[in-house]
Order: sequence, then structure tokens, then C-alpha cells
Amino acid sequence: MTATQMDGIATTQKLGSRRRRPIDKGTSALAVAAMAVLAFLYVPIATLMVFSFNDNPVTRLPLSGFTLDWYHKALTNPDLMTALGNSVIVGLAAVAICLVIGIPTAFALDRYDFPGKTAFRRLVILPITLPGLITGVSMLVFFRAAGVDLSLWTVIVGHGTALTAIVVTNVFARLQRFDRRIEEASADLGARPWQTFLFVTLPNIKSALIGSSLIAFTLSFDEIPVTFFLTGRDNTLPMYIWSVIRRGITPEINAIGTIIVAVSIVLILVSVFMMYKENQTGSRQ
Amino acid sequence: MNHARRRKLGFWMLFSAPMLWWITVLLVPYLIMLSISFYSRQFPFHVPDFQFGNYLILLEDSQYWTVLLRSVKVSVLVSLLAFGMGYPLAYFLAFKVQSERLRLFLYVATIVPLWVSYLLRAYTWKTILGSEGILNSFLMWIGILDEPSTLFLYNEFAMVVTMAYIFTPFMVMPIYASLEKIPRSLIEASKDLGSARFGTFWRITLPLTMPGVLAGFTFTFGLSVGDFVSPLLVGGPYSNMISNVIATQFGMAMNWPLGAALGVVMLFIVLGVITASDKLERAGRLNLG
Amino acid sequence: MADILKLDHVTKTFRGGVVAVDDISLDIREGEFLTMLGPSGCGKTTTLRMIGGFEYPDSGSIMLDGKDVTDAPPYHRPVNMMFQDFALFPHMSVAANIGYGLKIAGMPRAQIDERVKEMLGMIELPQMAERLPTQLSNGQRQRVALARALVRHPRILLLDEPMSALDAKLKEAMQVELKHIHARIGITFIMVTHDQTEAMIMSDRIIVMRSGRIEQIGSPTELYDRPASAYVADFLGTSNMVPVTVTRSGDHVVARAGQASFRIARHAGALADGAAMTMFIRPEKIRLGASDEGNTFSGDVREVFFSGNAVRIDLDIGAGQIVMVHHQLDTALGDAGLPAAGDTVTCSVKPETISLFDSAEAAAVAAGGGAA
Repeated sequence: MTATQMDGIATTQKLGSRRRRPIDKGTSALAVAAMAVLAFLYVPIATLMVFSFNDNPVTRLPLSGFTLDWYHKALTNPDLMTALGNSVIVGLAAVAICLVIGIPTAFALDRYDFPGKTAFRRLVILPITLPGLITGVSMLVFFRAAGVDLSLWTVIVGHGTALTAIVVTNVFARLQRFDRRIEEASADLGARPWQTFLFVTLPNIKSALIGSSLIAFTLSFDEIPVTFFLTGRDNTLPMYIWSVIRRGITPEINAIGTIIVAVSIVLILVSVFMMYKENQTGSRQ
Repeated sequence: MNHARRRKLGFWMLFSAPMLWWITVLLVPYLIMLSISFYSRQFPFHVPDFQFGNYLILLEDSQYWTVLLRSVKVSVLVSLLAFGMGYPLAYFLAFKVQSERLRLFLYVATIVPLWVSYLLRAYTWKTILGSEGILNSFLMWIGILDEPSTLFLYNEFAMVVTMAYIFTPFMVMPIYASLEKIPRSLIEASKDLGSARFGTFWRITLPLTMPGVLAGFTFTFGLSVGDFVSPLLVGGPYSNMISNVIATQFGMAMNWPLGAALGVVMLFIVLGVITASDKLERAGRLNLG
Repeated sequence: MADILKLDHVTKTFRGGVVAVDDISLDIREGEFLTMLGPSGCGKTTTLRMIGGFEYPDSGSIMLDGKDVTDAPPYHRPVNMMFQDFALFPHMSVAANIGYGLKIAGMPRAQIDERVKEMLGMIELPQMAERLPTQLSNGQRQRVALARALVRHPRILLLDEPMSALDAKLKEAMQVELKHIHARIGITFIMVTHDQTEAMIMSDRIIVMRSGRIEQIGSPTELYDRPASAYVADFLGTSNMVPVTVTRSGDHVVARAGQASFRIARHAGALADGAAMTMFIRPEKIRLGASDEGNTFSGDVREVFFSGNAVRIDLDIGAGQIVMVHHQLDTALGDAGLPAAGDTVTCSVKPETISLFDSAEAAAVAAGGGAA
């Protein structure tokens, strides 16, 4: 293509004309490849969903019949439901830890200098850069050394340790963009530091807090390596699924998996929608 | 009160409790793991000691080398496969999709699988690749196979495919981010100066996305090396990865010192990869403004 | 008038060794409108922020109403600031923004509402109470910021480049508006700006600053008519800078530029006979036509610029030295009309309106740019 032709096309596009570029072979090949990859990403998920409605307890083609039995079985399975409940409890507790520890940490990193700050920053990020296996193992030896029995509490502490870095990085990034003049204005108008934090700072970093909390909760819900080493008698949902998978499969697992997919998709759509709207109103968050 | 002292007080009030937490749950456990790696194995558990025996075992016993090399090999393969799948998708999204809404939709569609239970995604591969599974039924149905093949499951092939599948979105995200940052004017300039499409890609686009590619590779490599679930589900008996070995030491084998030593080794491998990739990125860093 | 604020040998150095404020001492009278004027980096904003409590001096003290507030945080000072980019709370309505300071002070709800309503009336935005700052125009945001800063009845109002975000027309209106509000409320206003016209229009006193130090303090007329240095002369308004040789004759000083000679009425400081100096004459102080008060000179017209109510005439008074003459047009021009290029014109300038400065200083000022 000559420069003039490129120019013409660029200008046409800029004018928002309805004329579309002719799609060439290279682009369509790429499109096919890209869509194939995307489809590939969904094959197992689709399999999961399809077979959750399939009559046959064995997962094989051809499909036999439609049934909601597995869903019924899943929702009335006491062990599964308990594990689900445990996962929710652990998730909420872990997020609480993440926020209580993560917010002050992010502020300390953004606003103060102290000896060892760089080393500390690297330490905080370690759990999300290293395999969860290592964090899990090291926490196991720690609890054993401290004489603490494994239980849901150790799982909660493990998740808190592993996931707080998410809140720290998100809140830190938000604080770096934060306009501190409004905090000065608040102090100017008579507010003590805690009042400024509560009335001015916190409301304006809301998006980072909510976003990172959602991510942390979601990761906690599906967390495996750390949980694997720290679980006591009470199972979280992944641990329950793991025990069932090792024994032999029942399609109830497909059913619960599909439910989780559906709920996750809804949650993601909601948060994406919220972020999209926030950008539209042009608020300074 | 002096303002400097006020600031110091504020800092300590803010940070002393969190600092204590971090030291207790992060620094101390890692240090304990490090120190246990020097302990001696003594039935039924272990005793405090300072000896390099565990590390020597790793150096001398060839089975550990085998497992280590296998882990590295598999992780590299997984990263390459994820790259091969992820880059075209990221490129397509960043450059070829004109509608902003469609692009957002497709991007979210790429990320959504991450939110489906990891265990279930790995497990469904078992059902897909198994002798009673979908792949076999499909191949028989269209006539390529006469009877189910056992070649697909319980080996390294299955592991690589499963893990690449799971980690591809992690490859797409940083690559897409770096593709988006490239000013279109650079590409147009390259084409304007006579470079054909592939030439432009090879000489301009690909180098400029190196940071994203490096990040994706590092991330995927780290995830693969640490994954002990997929090998157990679809890897079969001869596909032990270093992560499995570690898990066993803390499980049935009850050899915590050895497990800790292995953990330390894995830690250094991953840290090494991260540091190397950081240095590489900084060396070739181009500021796109 | 009593002194409300006293800065005593205040110095502030930033990390990296930059001395932002260099040993400044200042007395501010209650109720005055004081402006700190200078280019960016001269230390005016840092000084303002130290008065507000957002920065702290490295040495020196700040006394407010006789009390030492040097180390006091902003919430302990009866001073309020109108920020340069307004710093309105983006998540609160206009009414909530204005009432914030009162809420913190623990005022009962009903009283807050009343005061806020009063303020909204004063800034003429009664309908905007429930709007968010993002929904307002720049001019409206500025007024809200002003109301928010005044609602607590502070002893001093600080204004940090209040007009910088406004367009030219709005600027003019606001300058007058602020001056009226100051007259009405009667509290002390301290403003910071780089716009010298603005400073002159609004202030009772102006402090011209440069590199962290005070160049001159005085009323606008004092600074304009009797600048203490080349820097001040160049910063405020426009000046002709004419190289001259000076001689003493009795108690007068005479400056020579080419054929023309000028009698200078007053000059502080030592003068060496025959020294080369720079003469500063404001263009509008030059009258067309001869005068018996002396200092008559003539020159060839190089160019004439007509701008509606005035005309600028560039005169060559010899050896290529161009002097700008600014003439306000009125009927006194007579039938002769405007001079044209090539004409020879006679002008005069009063001795009291001429300033003499050291040539090196003047050259530095001319080279460095100066007023925004």
C-alpha cells in the first residue's frame, strides 16, 4: 500500500464514514485463529455446563437426556453445602483481613519513607509472585512451630497472607493518582486527620477498595495451594471438590461448577458495568 | 507539638500493627521454612539441626534432578503453548476489533474462564481426554479412530495441554496491555516507509510488546512450576513435577526438612526467573511516553 | 491598623537543596488585601502555604494575632485557603462542600443549612445547592471554593492564583467581584499571583518576590511609579529601557542618550560621574509635544500602532535606539492627526517619572524575561 492509500483510509476512518475497510485474507486468518483460541477456552466450560444437565452419570458422548437431578442432588448434599458455606465465611474473613492490613500498608508505602522500605515492598508482593505452594508450606511449618492446630482459622490467616498484596497494590496505585489537595482543603476547614480520612479520603478511593475486595474474595473462593496445606477438619469448597474428584466423579460436581460459573459471570458483568458507568460520569475516582 | 514529631507519631500509629502482622505471617514463616531445610530427618518427624544433608540429597540423587528438569521443561512448554494461543488473540483484540464495546466484551470473555473453579477446569480435561471421553468419542464418530486411544491422558502431553489452557488468559492480559500502548502512528510510519505487514509486525510491534510478553512468560512459568493439582489429575504416574514432590514430603512422606529444602530451591528458581525477566525488560526498555 | 500576621526570618529549603523561601520577614495589617507577586519559583506559593499550615518553615516563626502558629497544623489556624484548582470534594454536593467546615466544627444542622444558604446567595448560585462539582463550570466552581473558604469566618483568607483557571472575560469580572467581597467582609486577604495587572487592580499592597526573597513591598502606585529595582520596574507594566550616561549637575542628575538629555528628579544610591546606566521610562508617561517642565526630545517615527483608544508610536531617538510612546487618544491630538512613519516628532517626559538602574541589573532582567 502506498502512503497515499494509507492516508486515505485513515482519513476515511477518522471521518467516521460508514465505509468499512475491505477485509483481507491475512486479517480473516487472524480472526479465525483468535476466535478458535477463544472457543478453545470455553470448550471445557461448555462441557461442564452441558453435562451438568445430562442424564448419564458417565461423561461421554452421545448425550442421553435432560435432567435437573444433579442440581437437586448438589443443593441437598450436606457436605457440599457446608463446604460452600465455609468458603463464603473464609472469603469474607480473608477480605476483612486484607482491608484492615492492606489499607494502612498502602498508605504507609505511598506517604512515608522508612528504612527498609524497598525490601518491605518486595516482601509484601512475594505471596502473589511466588507459587502458592511455597506460601502454603511455609505457613504450615509456621503454625506447627507455633503449636497451632489446623482449622478454618489457619486457612483464613493463610488466605489473608496470600491475598493482602492485592489490596495493597490496588490501593497504592489509586493513592498515587490521588489529588491530595482535597485532603489539604479538609484540614484547612478544621478536620483532624482521622476526620479527613473518613470523610474525604475513604470515599474517594472507594473504587479501588471495592474492586480489590471483589478480586480477593473471588481468589479466596477458588484458592487451592495455600488451603491444601492449612486445612483441618472443615473443608472449603475447593477442598471438598478435590476430595470428591480423587474418589471418583459424580455429575453433581458439574452442577455446582455450572452454578459457580453463572454466579461468577454475573458478578463480573456487574463490576464491569459499574466501572464502565463510573468512567462515563467522569467522576474523579 | 512539633510538626515533624507529629508526623512520626502518625506513622507509628498507622503502621505498627500492620508491620507486626507482616513480620509474623510473612517474614517469619519463610525464615522458619529456610531453617527447617537444615534440620535432620529423625523418625517420626525431624529434629533441629544445621546440616546441608537435605540439599546434598537433592544434588546427588538423580531422581530429583529428573523431576526438576521435567518441571522446567513442562513449564517452558506450557508458556510457549500459552504464548502461541494468547498472542494472536491479544493482537486480534487490540488491533483488529474496531468497535470498543465488542472489544471490551471479547476481553471480558477471555478473562471469565479464570473465574471458573480451577479444579473443575482441570478436571474436565480429564473427561475430555480420557478413553471414555469426548475427544475419543468425537474422533471415533468422525472415523479417525476405531477404538479409544489412551495416548491423550495421564502423560506429559495432557499436563501441558491442561495447564496451557488454564494459563492462557494470564498470557493474554499483559500482552494485550502492552499492545494497546503502542501508538498507531508508529505502525503507520513503518508501513509508510515500505515495510510489509509481516515486516512491520516483526520489526516494530513484536519488539515493543516485549515487556508484556516477558511478563506473561514469567507469570505463566511461575504458575506452572507451582501447580501440583494438574499433574495429579491428568499427569499420570510418571509425570511428577517438583511441586508434587514437595507436596508429598509434607504429606505422606513426612519428610519436612527435605520438602523445605525443595521449597527453598523452587523459591530461588522462581525468583531467579523473575529477576532475569526484570533485568531483560529494563535492558530493552523503550519509553513510549 | 494592627498587625494580624507576622513572619519573622522565615526560611524553607526543599529536598535537593532548593531554597524556596530565603529569610523572609513580613508584617501584614489586619483587613488589608495583600498580594504576593512574582514568576513561578519565586517562593510566593510556598510562603502562602506556610501561612496556611500546609508547609512548615525550616527556621523562623509565624505569629498570628500574637500567637505562635509556626508549627500548628491547618486545622488549628483560623485561616482558610481558596485553592488554585479549587480542590472541591468531588463526592459531595455544593451545599455539602460549603457546609463541610461547619459540620466539622459541630454546628447544629439547621444553622449549617442557614449559613450555607446565605453563602449561596452571596456567590449568586442559589439553585446549585445539590449539584456535584463535576456538573459546574469553572467560574461556578471557583465561587463555591470561595464560599467554602469564607463560611467559617476566618481571620485571614488565602487565595492561591484564584483566577488562573478562568478565561479572560471571566477573570476581569471576578477580579472586581473579589475586591467588592473584600470590601464588604473586611477580613484580611492574602493572594498569590503571577499576573501583575491582577495584582495592581485588586491589592492594597503588593509584595514583589524573586528567588525566595522580597524585592519590594508597597502600594500598587508606589511600585509602579517608584520601582526600587530594575526587576520590579520591568515586572510591572511596560518600560522603555534606554542606555544612558549619567552626570551630576548640582543636585540634579542628567542622563544622556545620543543627542537627548534628560533631567532625573530623584535617584537614591551612589552615582559615578560618567557611569553607564539604564533609564526606565514608562511609554504612557511620554507626552507628545514640547513642554516647559523640561526633558524635551525628538525622534523619527519608525512605526505607528493604532489600537482603538490608544496609539503606540515607536520613535528612533538617535543611534537606532527605539523608544515606545503610548498615547491615549482624545480630542487633543488636533487636526494634525496621527503621526506617520518618517515624521519627526517632539516629546517630553516629566523628571519624576523616570527611574535609573544599574546597567548590569537591567540587562539581566531584560535577558531573563520576567513578568507573565
